[in-house]
Amino acid sequence: MKVGVVTFPGSNSDVDSLNALRVAGVEAVTLWHESPDLAGVSAVILPGGFAYGDYIRAGVIARFSPVMRGIREFAATGGHVLGICNGFQVLAESGLVPGALLRNRSLRFAGRLTYIKPERLDSPFTQAATGEPLRVPVAHGEGCYYADDATLDQLERDGRVLFRYVHPDGTPAADPDDPANPNGSLRAIAGVCNAVGNVAGLMPHPERMAEGILGNDGGMQIIRSLVDSAAAWEAAGRPATMKHAVAAAAGEAGR
Amino acid sequence: MSEFRFAVNVLPKPGILDPQGRAVELSLPHLNVTNVSKVRVGRRVELTVTAGSESEARAVVDGLAKELLSNPLIEVYAFELLEATSSVVSSGAAPR
Repeated sequence: MKVGVVTFPGSNSDVDSLNALRVAGVEAVTLWHESPDLAGVSAVILPGGFAYGDYIRAGVIARFSPVMRGIREFAATGGHVLGICNGFQVLAESGLVPGALLRNRSLRFAGRLTYIKPERLDSPFTQAATGEPLRVPVAHGEGCYYADDATLDQLERDGRVLFRYVHPDGTPAADPDDPANPNGSLRAIAGVCNAVGNVAGLMPHPERMAEGILGNDGGMQIIRSLVDSAAAWEAAGRPATMKHAVAAAAGEAGR
Repeated sequence: MSEFRFAVNVLPKPGILDPQGRAVELSLPHLNVTNVSKVRVGRRVELTVTAGSESEARAVVDGLAKELLSNPLIEVYAFELLEATSSVVSSGAAPR
């Protein structure tokens, strides 16, 4: 089994992502942005950086790149995709996860450590997490999560808010101006997933905090979750409609 | 075929926080300006479309504005025709 990491012109966290995957013990390969061929990978990470210079809006030009054709199809047939930072922006611009990432409320680039907490431990991106707050860095200028109120309510009801910014003790960041919320994200949302539950975006960088030698390997919980989920998906014969807990919960809420 | 020059103006949707606009507003007192408010900062893109008619060119710009130049979740756009010029039909091509 191997996991792919896309390299766009301007990606800068692709090597960190490859490294974190290798630390997790899985073969990791680079997927070049000019090819829609995903080389048979079992999961994909869209890494951080400034794809295509972030021109016009972060992520929008990447949306039209050949590799995204392959990823759209991969996601539609059940494959797991995690967008980190700029990768989240690409997924949001592509409509593969809901919402948009606005310029940070402070207008400043936010490059510092934050705490996030998984909201549920039964998603493909959190299943190996302990549920404790994770100390992970952010590094972005446009990370303020935005969706209209109706969409936010729907995401909450369906359990699709996967991560929220919290204080070190785990209490949620209270509002957009709480210092624990690095960018002013609505409802302190740091990560969300699509309706099926197999595509997720996350602003902080778990791959940059995934080794003990860095003093903290909390991010490995997220990388490990992705790798384990991809392995389970492979073992199940790559089902196009894997029943994720997220989708099941959404289905129940809708009944 | 003619060339149509357009300007596309993209602005944050009403109601969406525009930190750039707010930063501009906060600078106004330093300029002793007190009667300016509701500043919104957006983006202007100028482009030329080669097309058979103005309506055809407008459809191209509208599609681009929706797909690429703006994000309908957070932005609104409007565009205006700046200039239209007939281009020379290449030699050998039968005039339609």
